[in-house]
Amino acid sequence: MKKLVILGAGTAGTMMLNKLYKELDRDEWELTIVDQYKTHYYQPGFLFIPFGIYKKQDVVKPKYDFFPAGVNVIFSPIDKIVGEENKVLLEDGQVLNYDFLIIATGTQTRPSETEGLKDKLWYKDIFDFYTIEGAVALHKKFKDWEGGNLVMCIPELPYKCPVAPIEFVCLAEAYFAERGMRDKVNISYVTLMSGAFTKPVASKVLGDLLEEKNIKVIPDFYLSHVDNDAKKIVSYDEHEIPFDILTIVPVNMGSDMIERSGLGDDMNYVKTDKFTLQSEQFENIFVLGDAANIPTSKAGSVAHFAAEILMENLLAAMEGRALPAKFDGHANCYIETGHGKGALIDFNYETEPLPGTFPLPGIGPFGLLKNTKMNHYGKILFRWIYWHILLKGKELPIEADMTMAGKKRM
Amino acid sequence: MEVKTIAGVQVNVSDDGYLEDMDQWNEDIAREIAKELNIELTDKHFEVLNYLRQKTKEGETLTIRKVGKSGVVDIKGLYKLFPKGPLKFSSKIAGIPKPTSCV
Ligand SMILES: Cc1cc2nc3c(=O)[nH]c(=O)nc-3n(C[C@H](O)[C@H](O)[C@H](O)COP(=O)(O)OP(=O)(O)OC[C@H]3O[C@@H](n4cnc5c(N)ncnc54)[C@H](O)[C@@H]3O)c2cc1C
Repeated sequence: MKKLVILGAGTAGTMMLNKLYKELDRDEWELTIVDQYKTHYYQPGFLFIPFGIYKKQDVVKPKYDFFPAGVNVIFSPIDKIVGEENKVLLEDGQVLNYDFLIIATGTQTRPSETEGLKDKLWYKDIFDFYTIEGAVALHKKFKDWEGGNLVMCIPELPYKCPVAPIEFVCLAEAYFAERGMRDKVNISYVTLMSGAFTKPVASKVLGDLLEEKNIKVIPDFYLSHVDNDAKKIVSYDEHEIPFDILTIVPVNMGSDMIERSGLGDDMNYVKTDKFTLQSEQFENIFVLGDAANIPTSKAGSVAHFAAEILMENLLAAMEGRALPAKFDGHANCYIETGHGKGALIDFNYETEPLPGTFPLPGIGPFGLLKNTKMNHYGKILFRWIYWHILLKGKELPIEADMTMAGKKRM
Repeated sequence: MEVKTIAGVQVNVSDDGYLEDMDQWNEDIAREIAKELNIELTDKHFEVLNYLRQKTKEGETLTIRKVGKSGVVDIKGLYKLFPKGPLKFSSKIAGIPKPTSCV
């Protein structure tokens, strides 16, 4: 039997396992998946927890629910990959040999990378909503908060789901308005980028949206440290911003396992060919999802589009053919903008987000870069799609390659 | 893209004034771009510029964080050398493309 091993059973790994299970001859291939945890988190749902829209039980399910029968499932932290010997060492002492390996270990938050972050105010006045613990703690804080300065800070790039902090401030704006205390809350959006978002057109549109909502955008702020006593954040060029509640996207990094394996860049992202999704170092290692260093968004939708490309290339590699498929970096994000509305952006390596409709030109139903109720339903529907279609590796009615139909060049 | 004369040399620059071809760069060009940004270049500046050029040649994408860990200069120092534009201004002066952050 030939062996295919998948490292990481999050969005990308689980999705790919289900696709391969259907595609490969199971008399010929043995499939194994490894993860350190038994619980699957629906991470996009974390965003809604601070506002009481979702509860913890809405975003967790056992990983086992999503594994097909007959695959080997191992729960253990991964120690390292030895690419030269085609093997993976697990922390529980097991050694896995492979013919092909898929790395899908994602990216994790690292609050310890920022001085003063994980200090005495952590989960008292400072929160992340990128972990279940942070999202739940923030919900408790918001419940009886009387107002003040709410500061959302983005200290480093890249981070997963680049629109999540924008959604967060929009939802916070709506939340405090509904509670009749919007006038008691100053919301600011502090970022190391030069605007609300990196890509110019989206940055302008989203920046205007925030301004309309009286959310102050403070660009070019590169966080040096958090001063817990004075309750302020300080940048490297010594600007200071006071906060009563600080919400932050802690520095995101790939698994230390990638560093130990010698496969990563300085943020522990696997050096990956951005078109073929093959490791730059080993021909029989492929990378899917947030773990790759490819220059596109770290998002579940990207992993979904990339999975189709990976499937084609993997099948070719297994048969010794040249890799036929090229990923275009396609990303597609719903943006929750509060008050029951949402926007949608769609882009790739070459084309920045543009206004228009998606997926049907001229009809939609989702308005690209526009703030409509339909887009909001898209986001809510996404949770159902995630559990029932995406993780199970089923097809969605959206192409992997981005299409220019229905979009307007600006 | 347009052609501009900097320090007596004709070079191709982008809409934002970044050199299109890093091989057209020389130290006088660097000094002149720096002057437009109100920066007087010292040896320390050149150490940073050469590091940025070397990493770009090797095909790496640069971040402030990476420069801060390079051993050439720390992040605070980088801000002191290139106030208000630690990576943007230094890249412009080093004759390499505008830093892109991908999200
Ligand atoms: C607040 C928030 C909102 C988001 N909103 C959206 C959205 O609206 N749309 C969207 O498309 N995406 C969204 N995302 C992003 C999306 O959740 C991720 O991009 C997606 O989950 C990436 O999948 P992945 O498989 O690469 O990583 P993950 O799903 O994070 O899985 C990685 C897995 O690897 C395991 N692992 C890592 N290291 C090791 C090790 N050493 N040993 C063993 N196991 C290991 C982990 O336990 C984990 O199970 C959001 C994310 C957050 C945090």
